[in-house]
Formats: sequence, C-alpha cells, structure tokens
Amino acid sequence: MAKTIKISINGIFVEVEPGTTILNAAQQAGILIPTLCYHKDLCIAGNCRVCVVEIAGQKRLAAACATPCEEEMEIFTNSLNVHHSRKQIIELLLSEHNADCTSCYKNGSCELQKLASDYKILKQDFIPLVPFKNYSIDKLSPAIIKDDSKCIRCQRCVRTCEELQGVNALTVAYKGDHMKITTFFEKSINNVVCSTCGQCINHCPTGALVERNYIEKVWDAISDKTKHVIVQTAPAVRVGLGEELGLKPGSHETGKMVAALKRLGFDAVMDTDFTADLTIMEEGTELLMRLKGALVDHDPEVKLPMATSCSPGWIKYIEHMYPDYLGHLSTCKSPQQMFGALAKTYYAKARNLDPETIVSVSIMPCTAKKFEANRPEMSDSGYRDVDYVLTTRELAIMIKQAGLDFMKMEDAHFDRLMGESTGAGVIFGATGGGMEAALRTVYELVTGREVPFKNLDITPVRGMEGVKEATIKIENPLEQWVFLEGVELKCAVAHGLVNAKRVMDSIRSGEVSYHFVEIMACPGGCLGGGGQPIPTSPEIRRKRAEAIYAEDEGMPLRKSHLNPEVIKIYKDFLEHPLGEKSHHLLHTHYTERERF
Amino acid sequence: MATSYQLKRADFIFKNENDWEEVLSKSFSRTPQELINELISSELKGRGGAGFPTGLKWKLTAEVEADTKYVICNADEGEPGTFKDREILSMVPFKVLTSMAVCGYVIGAKEGYIYLRGEYFFLLPELNKAISEFEYYCKETNIDFTIRIFMGSGAYICGEETALFESMEGKRGEPRNKPPFPSNSGYMGKPTVINNVETLAHTYTIFKYGAKRFYDLGVQYSRGSKLFSVSGDTPKPGIYELELGMSLADFVEEFGDGDTKAVQVGGASGFLVPRKRFSETAIGFQGKLIGISLPTGGSMMLFNSSRSMFNVLDNYLEFFREESCGQCTPCRVGCQQLLKGIKAVKRGEKNARYLDKLLRLTETMKLTAKCGLGQSVANSFSSIVENFREEMIY
Repeated sequence: MAKTIKISINGIFVEVEPGTTILNAAQQAGILIPTLCYHKDLCIAGNCRVCVVEIAGQKRLAAACATPCEEEMEIFTNSLNVHHSRKQIIELLLSEHNADCTSCYKNGSCELQKLASDYKILKQDFIPLVPFKNYSIDKLSPAIIKDDSKCIRCQRCVRTCEELQGVNALTVAYKGDHMKITTFFEKSINNVVCSTCGQCINHCPTGALVERNYIEKVWDAISDKTKHVIVQTAPAVRVGLGEELGLKPGSHETGKMVAALKRLGFDAVMDTDFTADLTIMEEGTELLMRLKGALVDHDPEVKLPMATSCSPGWIKYIEHMYPDYLGHLSTCKSPQQMFGALAKTYYAKARNLDPETIVSVSIMPCTAKKFEANRPEMSDSGYRDVDYVLTTRELAIMIKQAGLDFMKMEDAHFDRLMGESTGAGVIFGATGGGMEAALRTVYELVTGREVPFKNLDITPVRGMEGVKEATIKIENPLEQWVFLEGVELKCAVAHGLVNAKRVMDSIRSGEVSYHFVEIMACPGGCLGGGGQPIPTSPEIRRKRAEAIYAEDEGMPLRKSHLNPEVIKIYKDFLEHPLGEKSHHLLHTHYTERERF
Repeated sequence: MATSYQLKRADFIFKNENDWEEVLSKSFSRTPQELINELISSELKGRGGAGFPTGLKWKLTAEVEADTKYVICNADEGEPGTFKDREILSMVPFKVLTSMAVCGYVIGAKEGYIYLRGEYFFLLPELNKAISEFEYYCKETNIDFTIRIFMGSGAYICGEETALFESMEGKRGEPRNKPPFPSNSGYMGKPTVINNVETLAHTYTIFKYGAKRFYDLGVQYSRGSKLFSVSGDTPKPGIYELELGMSLADFVEEFGDGDTKAVQVGGASGFLVPRKRFSETAIGFQGKLIGISLPTGGSMMLFNSSRSMFNVLDNYLEFFREESCGQCTPCRVGCQQLLKGIKAVKRGEKNARYLDKLLRLTETMKLTAKCGLGQSVANSFSSIVENFREEMIY
C-alpha cells in the first residue's frame, strides 16, 4: 500500500490515502465543506465553486472537491477569504436563480435554499438576472418538468444522463450568459431520447427538474364519493418511504405504509408485489416457450435472449436506441400496468364495481411509470388502466399533508384479492431481483426441485456490480421439459442504462450469448429509482437493497408460483399463463422511437 | 523623459534564414537533456501571456513515463488586440514546425498538433504546404514526427490549454480542473507540451544561436525579446519585436500619438495603465523593475483622451460575458453582474458605492474562478474602475 499523506485542515492533522480530495479529507477530520455541483454518484465537475478552500502558500482558493491533498498541505476551510468568497458565490447563484421559494415544488428540500439559509444571505443586492432571460417551463412530459429559471448550471443532471444512464438527453449548450442545460435542438424533453427515468430529478439540487405531480388530482379522487379509489404500491416504495418521513435509509415499514394509505382514504390498498409475482408466471412461461421454440422447433422467429420488460425507463430507452431489438423484449406489461388492467376487470368484477367508477392509483419509485401509464396502448381494460402515478416522494407529501404521524401508525395489511405477495415479488425492487424471482420459479417448474442455491438466495445476481452474469445448468428436468436437459441457462443482469448499453452492445456484437437478460433503468434497480427519496448515493442504495432482501427473508412464501392469490386468479379468471385473457390484459407491444 | 529612452528593437522572429533543416538536424544530434538545459538557461518564459518557464515545461513532460505524448502548438490567438501569431505562421512557419519536432524529440512525442483559431482558416493552404514539405524532410531524415492542424471554432476559451484539449477531443471547450497539469495529463489524458506559437518561434532562436544570445536580451526575470501587437490610438500600429523590460513611458514615447491617456497591456484580460503610471510601469514578468511590471501576451492597446474608459470597460465586459464558457459560477454570473452593474451605476440606478461591491466581486472571481479567464477579468475591471472611477459614474 502506498504511504499516506499528512495534511492539516484548520489546524487539525489528518492522514489520508494518496489521491484523497480535500473535501473527503475534511470529512475524515469532521469538517463539512458545503457543495452543490458535487455528487457521490458522479464525476467531479468543480464548477459551482461553493466548496472553495484556502491552501497556505497559494494565491487562489481551490475547489475542495477537485483538489487532491498533497504532503504537508495546510488547508483552511473557514478563513475570512473563504467565507467572503463562498458567500458571494451563493449570492451570485441566487441572482441568476428564480428564488420564488414559496411557490417552488422543492421548497424545503432545495440545496441552494439550504445554503442561502446557512450563510444567511439576507440582503441580495446583485441585479436579478432572471428577468433578462427568456425562460420557459417545459411541461410537455407526463413525467418530468424542467424549469430553466431555477437551474444553477451545476450539470449534475447532464453528468447523470451521461455517466449513469448513457442517454445524453440533457446536454450543455451555448456559452457565457447564454449557457444552459438543454436537449437536442432545444426540443421538449418529451420529444427527445429521454427515457423519463427521472435520475436527473434525483440528482438536481434545486427545483429545475422535478416530477409532474398528481397529488391534487388524487386528493380530488379520494374525496369524490362516486369514485372507488384503489391504490397499489411498488416493492421499492416500502424501503424508501421512511427516508422522506424522518427514518434512516434501510428502514422498511410496510405495515405502517399500508396503514397510512388507508388513513389517507384510499378505498382499497393493494400491492404491486402481487402483480410482480404474476409477472413471473407470465414472463417465466414466456421464457420457457421461447426456449422451446428455439431449441426444439428451431423457429428463426423466436428471439433470444429474452429481456425483461418491467422497467418502463428501459423500455423507452430500447425503443429509442435499439429498436431492432424490440422483439427480444418480453411482451409482459410491467407489474404496474398488469395491476391496472386487472383493477378495472378482475377486481371490478369480484367487488361488483362499475369499472368506470374506479380510479386506479399507483405509488412508484419511478417517474417513467408516469409516462408508461400515459401510453395510449395502456387501456386494455377499456379504460385508462392506471389513472395516476405518484412517486414515493409524492406519497410522503400526502402523508405529511394529512398530518399522519407515520411512526405512530399501527401496522396494517394489504387488502385481499390483489394484496398477497411472496418474497419473490418484493425483490423485484432491487437489481437482479426480477431475475432471481424468475429463476426460483422457472427452475422449479422445469425440474420439480428448488433452485440449487442455499436458502433460495441466488447471490450471483445480487449486489451493485453494473453487469452481473449467472449460469444455471438444468439437470433431470420433468418429462415435459426434457429438451432442457443439460442446458446451461445463461443470464445477465444490468442496472443503470449505461450498463444496459454495455450489455446491448455486446449482445449486438455477438461477443456474448444469453438466454435471459434483466435490465433495470435505474442504478440499483427500482430502489434507486427516479421517484425515490432524495438524496441518493451508493451507500443509500445499498441500505435500501439490504432492506429489500431482509423483507424477502422474512416472508413465509418466497416463490411467486406459491402466491395463493396468483393461484386463485388463474383459477377464477385468467385460466393459465399466456392464456387468452392474459394475452389481452397482461401483454403489450412496443414502438420504435426517434433517436435524438 | 526622452533621456531615459530605452526601447530596444530586436529582429529574430521574422528573420527568414531558411536554415530550418540545419537547425533541426543540429538539434537532433544533441541529447534531450542538453536541449532542455539550453532552454532552461535561456530563461524563456511562455509568450502566450501566462509566462510559465518553457524549459521547465519540457523537462516536466520529458520526465513522465508514457507510451504516447503530444506536442501542441497553441495558435488559438484570441486575446483582443493580439495578432502576432498569425503573422509568425504565415511568415516563418518552419521555425514553429521545427521547434515542435525538436520538442517531440525532447519529450518523446511522435505527434504534433497545431490548434488553429477558426478565423485563421485563410492560413490553411500555405500552412498545409509547409507541413507537407516539413514532414517529407522528416521522413527523408528518419525523424518520426507528424504534424496535424486542428481547426478551432471560434471560442475564446479554447485558447485556455485544458479547454483546448477538450475541444480537440471533440467535447465542449470547457477548462478542466487542475491538477492534473498537461505535463502529466493533457490531450487524450497523455503528457502534453502545449506552447504558444511565439514561444516555439523563440525556441528556434535559442536552438540556433544558443541560450546566451537570447538571455542577453531583456532584463532580469524577463529575458529575451517579445512580439508586441500595437493597436489603438497610435500612428504606427503593427507588430514589433522588442526587448522585454522597457518602461511603458518609453513605449508610449515611441508609439503614442502625443495624447495617450492610458494603455491596455495584455489585452482585455490584462491591465489598463493610466498616464500617471507610465513611467513606473515596466513590461515584463514578475520581479520589481521600476514599479509595477506587467506580463503580456503582447497586446498593447493605446487610448487617447478622446476615449471613454466606461466604453472601453463596457466593451471588455461584453466580450467576457459572451466568451466565458459558462461553466463556473464566479465567471458566468460574475461577468453578467459586472456588466449590468457598471451600466446601472452609469444610469444612476445604483449609487457609486455599488462599484466597491463590484470590485469585491472581482476579488472573489480572481480567487475562485476555475480558469484564467474568470480570474483575469478582475485585472481590467479593477485597473479601469480604480483609475477612472469618475468616468464610470458621470
């Protein structure tokens, strides 16, 4: 190991590894340096200059985030020079920012607002620049709203879109005072290659990028006595919600979440985990059919690898970027849309409700789900399958608005019919979870035995590695599946679209051959989704993943095909996986989109 | 005043001696270490404006172990009032090409690039011809060095070395964080020597005549001669090669129109010197000569008493507001505030004390901006506002 570097920060001596930045060294010494453009998920930009510090012997201040420590550096993070400069930089940012805080969606959670408050910028006498610029708000997307007047040009969104997602929908254009964050030819974000994953929202320090919220619409529906409002909650919501309500990352309070939803006035509180289990039945069967088509019938029309279709950010991405591979996508709708289609058919029938009166709401860790629910084809029930999609953050806002003391809620259970789930449904919220759930069921369907991993934990597909691979050899299958004897099922898992791109490019080049690929648009899977609590970071996502697997561990049933309500729905309604009703309600098709 | 007249003309750069082949082979017969020592003892400093010792730059890059290194000639001459590099490239291109190849030999680079300012496209045909001839000779004499031209697209900021690398790599021309410095990680992340056109032309002189000939020109800390782009209210605008260390009074004596009110030394990012400080100001790098000594990329703009200093500053700030890359807060927002601020004071919308707030702002910009552009806006702003405050207000 290389020798350490000794430095002093505000007179405190610290020893750090070579290459450590001043920002991280200060943290080790218990000194916090404010930042704006810095984000743990992203490369260093060093452009906001809020983190400047003084280094003895240097004429100029240095950006702590971008400057590596050197032997015997003497650093001052709060000298008068630093204090004045930093304060003036915050003032400059405010002069260029639409600081109408009380009418901002991010009021109370804006990083610039916090800095202004910390540094007590009481008198703002720089000339306000906003009136001189022709800002307009891009409101065309059903998922993302972009307001340039609140942008501080930290480029966190640009780096997110490039480094985490490889999409590059957001870029920097122009220079000087005209410099701005925009899209291809300044089109609306709704009309470009944007996957609507919402990672830019998760990484924006201000209110420049926010989700389109449907809070008031949902309140209206709840209070409308003629409406029956049914809500579903995605797996990852239960491991994120607590963070917005004062709990530490890694908390999972499913019972309290259900109780809170009931208190908000939803008529039925059900679980997207149920349709996650259902997805496994449909998707697993589809995979086996494709394998049979390829291996037995040698049908050239059968496309392998089959790719999962649960993540609407990924779906929109592949529609833009790899339209020639749309045939590889499973035709299964995402669990949200399966739920929506069933809510206004199966549920309506069972509860004897007019589907017209049902308002179907979903709570998602995701902004792409807002886009997905708005797709024209998502109305197989004869109505809009999902009426409103709220993010985890929006749910937290509603809980606060309703004055619910979350920690004092008594645990409650999901309602019956579409509220039962297994551990397999829960882990859908983590990268690799959909794959693991599918393998648990598919292997057992084929061999009659449990998947050969200790405690059903398929560890090779777990964890935060960008691309994970696993191979499972099928031995002694049941009679019906003898053609799979000795087949090594090759699987890959990717999360974050930049990794999806890696996988897709290596599939296209032919350097890999898989049978089954799980792709989630967001880093860490849904638990790191664009609708999850802010901030996000690798540590936070790791904690949320631990919570998800702990939830799975604690479930009595951990295999989708054992979900009694799944068994029931096939018995009473759908008949069998890939049956006619399934085909009509649970499967979909995809659309090629332009690549800019 | 006339008695202290000390303006010394020099004639090295444009002297076309047509002996580049000889200088090239002579240099290649020496060891890299000898060449570095020659440069170091000449005390040549970068002629682009920043004044970094050239020998040290080559030495640092030579010492880094890497399979690929690059030599880049910075011909993105964009500083307002500077027009010497284009003249060098059209008059004596072989001096520059030769020095690039010698630099390549010294540091271990096989590829050289000329980053040519977009507006200088008219130099292309002749320059390309010179490069072909040069590369042919290199091939004949077994010198493994190629030179390509990379055209800029007109952004001032791309003259900043790391923004220039970004631009060459096909990215947005935005300065990088330093460290790492180009000697370790420059173009394509490889060790890179990047020199101004004029700097390379001077190294030619040094390799030809030896360090002493160059060192003997100029004064302590500011050795050698330098090209000056003289413009503004002068009866004889043009490019002049002068020894460094002259006093501004002598310069004005020679080039002024008899009514010189102020001289802008070093372009928009340099300093404005008012008449009362001419005699205590010397032109050169650090080290006190007479009073203040001002480094410069060679731009000397003379203003006579018909000029409004408010308009001059307004013009500079308009330039910076537009040419800031827009990346860092102090520069992007600072330039807008300075420009709007002086206009507001002029119109009486802000009182005169607001100028002090703006002066403090330029201090912040100098301390915190990411690159030389934002840091140097303070130079012209404070030197104009402090010396001509009344012109800003009334």
